[in-house]
Amino acid sequence: MSGIPHDHYEPKPGFETWLHRRLPIVALMYDTLMIPTPKNLNWMWIWGIVLTFCLVMQIATGIVLTMHYTAHVDMAFASVEHIMRNVNGGYMLRYLHANGGSLFFVAVYLHIFRGLYYGSYKAPREVTWIIGMLIYICMMGTAFMGYVLPWGQMSFWGATVITGLFGAIPFIGESIQTWLLGGPAVDNATLNRFLSLHYLLPFVIAALVAVHIWAFHSTGNGNPTGVEVRRGSKAEAEKDTLPFWPYFVIKDLFALAVILAVFFAVVGFMPNYLGHPDNYIEANPLVTPAHIVPEWYFLPFYAILRAFTPDVWVVQIASVLTGGIVDAKFFGVMAMFGSIVVLALVPWLDTSSVRSGRYRPMFKWWFWLLAIDFVVLTWAGAMPAEGIYPIIALIGAAYWFAYFLVILPLLGVLEKPLPQPATIEDDFNAHYGHAESGAKAPSATPAE
Amino acid sequence: MTTMIRKLVLTTAAAVALSTGAAAAAESEQHIEDVAFSFEGPFGSYDQMQLQRGLQVYTEVCSGCHGLKQVPVRTLHDEAGPGIPEDQVRAYARDILPPVFDAETGEERPREPTDHFPESALPNAPDLSLMAKARAGFHGPYGLGINQLFRGTGGPEYIVSLLAGYTGEEKEEAGAVLYENTAFPGGWISMGPPLYDEAVVYADGHANDMHHIAEDVAAFLMWSAEPKLVARKEAGFQAVLFLAVLSVLLYLTNKRIWAPVKRRAKGTPAE
Repeated sequence: MSGIPHDHYEPKPGFETWLHRRLPIVALMYDTLMIPTPKNLNWMWIWGIVLTFCLVMQIATGIVLTMHYTAHVDMAFASVEHIMRNVNGGYMLRYLHANGGSLFFVAVYLHIFRGLYYGSYKAPREVTWIIGMLIYICMMGTAFMGYVLPWGQMSFWGATVITGLFGAIPFIGESIQTWLLGGPAVDNATLNRFLSLHYLLPFVIAALVAVHIWAFHSTGNGNPTGVEVRRGSKAEAEKDTLPFWPYFVIKDLFALAVILAVFFAVVGFMPNYLGHPDNYIEANPLVTPAHIVPEWYFLPFYAILRAFTPDVWVVQIASVLTGGIVDAKFFGVMAMFGSIVVLALVPWLDTSSVRSGRYRPMFKWWFWLLAIDFVVLTWAGAMPAEGIYPIIALIGAAYWFAYFLVILPLLGVLEKPLPQPATIEDDFNAHYGHAESGAKAPSATPAE
Repeated sequence: MTTMIRKLVLTTAAAVALSTGAAAAAESEQHIEDVAFSFEGPFGSYDQMQLQRGLQVYTEVCSGCHGLKQVPVRTLHDEAGPGIPEDQVRAYARDILPPVFDAETGEERPREPTDHFPESALPNAPDLSLMAKARAGFHGPYGLGINQLFRGTGGPEYIVSLLAGYTGEEKEEAGAVLYENTAFPGGWISMGPPLYDEAVVYADGHANDMHHIAEDVAAFLMWSAEPKLVARKEAGFQAVLFLAVLSVLLYLTNKRIWAPVKRRAKGTPAE
């Protein structure tokens, strides 16, 4: 794999050769684990391991939780309390699973923004990026449906609002909504199908993760310089790379242990900090909560959804042009899905031939503005849709689209990139080697 | 570029300035006092005597209208909870009204420790099992969640402030009497003032002014909402300790593995 010349698995005579001829599984594992990895990877390249860990943890805790959970509108809420009170270690399982969702999204957002900064999505890694986006969409679906299962007030009303988005689609919306819910409103049929899908999707994600890893093992990892590994010969490639085991496995495990220490502190000492108090009230279709808010990781997109109110001129133009078919609600839904579509299409929207943001003086500023924009949108999504907040959300949403649709395409033409190091080895030596070699290589600091 | 940044800064500043007024207004509406409970912080645990007093308040005052349907009566025996002796728990269960309707025999029977507390006696009185987690006393500032980070969600504090927050004003609205309360969102609550000084007399002679009673029952309701709090904190602490040690070991391992590679980078600078 990876097209980078390296040593391959040689089965020893006897059983290993016997097995290798029938199923080269050891070779597969060897090549996966020993893949030549650019040696200048910095600490932003650890999120993949964190994400893999999250998936395994969520599946493991989730399987046990399902053993004790009852998917029925009359019993779901009480069965969660049963888990919290009577099941051995149930309180830990549930809090690990609930907060594990948050860790999953923290990691995936950092992973995605790492990709955006270092141009990890650029040729030849577009397929890796697209599969990553599919994983992200599956994660959102899984998380959304998982939040419905405890059958609290936010579960019920969150499900009502989010499935209502599909109802905003002109003509066919209502039929789609009814089909999704299994009835005219969020009810027992909805709860049951959400459990079924919440259990299914993580395995779809696991399969996509395998393909995601396969894809970037075929192209080779990206790295902070964006300069490709030299592939002329094995000796040359070895100057730029180190095998994944043990160099990066141990490094990643160290980072994972530190992150998990923080994670377990949250689970142990403040497990409800990221949750919403209303979800400890059993679902009641007759009482609407004062503020319906999704989980924090949906807030940026929720802010974009709500930003397009009927008094925004783009919405008014769209409404007039379509003869009223596109109203504010549908426009908001399109904007929300569109904001993820532009993210997925970034490999073709970014026109710059330079991969890494490190060598793009103008890009850097716009990128960090996008990161701030994301945080501001998260915050605006949590605030009530009144006063100044919809305006902030609108500015945030406008910048999100401007970044992908205007700024990235233009920057590739307007920007004069800085010189890049000739090789990964140069970059690595510049950071860890002598001062004079640092002066020779034009790169900045490899480790963030 | 700079104009863009300046515009963003100005917008943010304007947003903060504008929202300050609104948020301050919303926050001043609810008056929540911070109570130093024994179960706060990473090492906090329940005060068993306080939970027992709180159970007495719940039994003598709250249970007239409110239920605790998620709570099995037997858990009153829990060591990390009220820790009431088993025979007393059995006697307590038997005395709970109403008795249990047994579907198999079609008759009523006295409550067993394995049964749960009853549901609310009044249909419009909310169940109290999870009340301490279903309400947040602390918010903001500006939706940033910083207060909750440092002071906790504030559920028990909300309960104390609510129980002690009656101003004495009443009004009638659509045939129902509403009572003014400084902690309740909106300021008017349909529950009449349930507590007063010496509403409950404690066997151990503990102070029984209204505020102490409110604190005791709030602590009891925190236990009823989160009975495994102590075990959870212990598990969290062990996990953090273990991971901290593991992190140090992995850090040293990582440093050692990479040392020759980094030394080579020093020895053979780039051509």
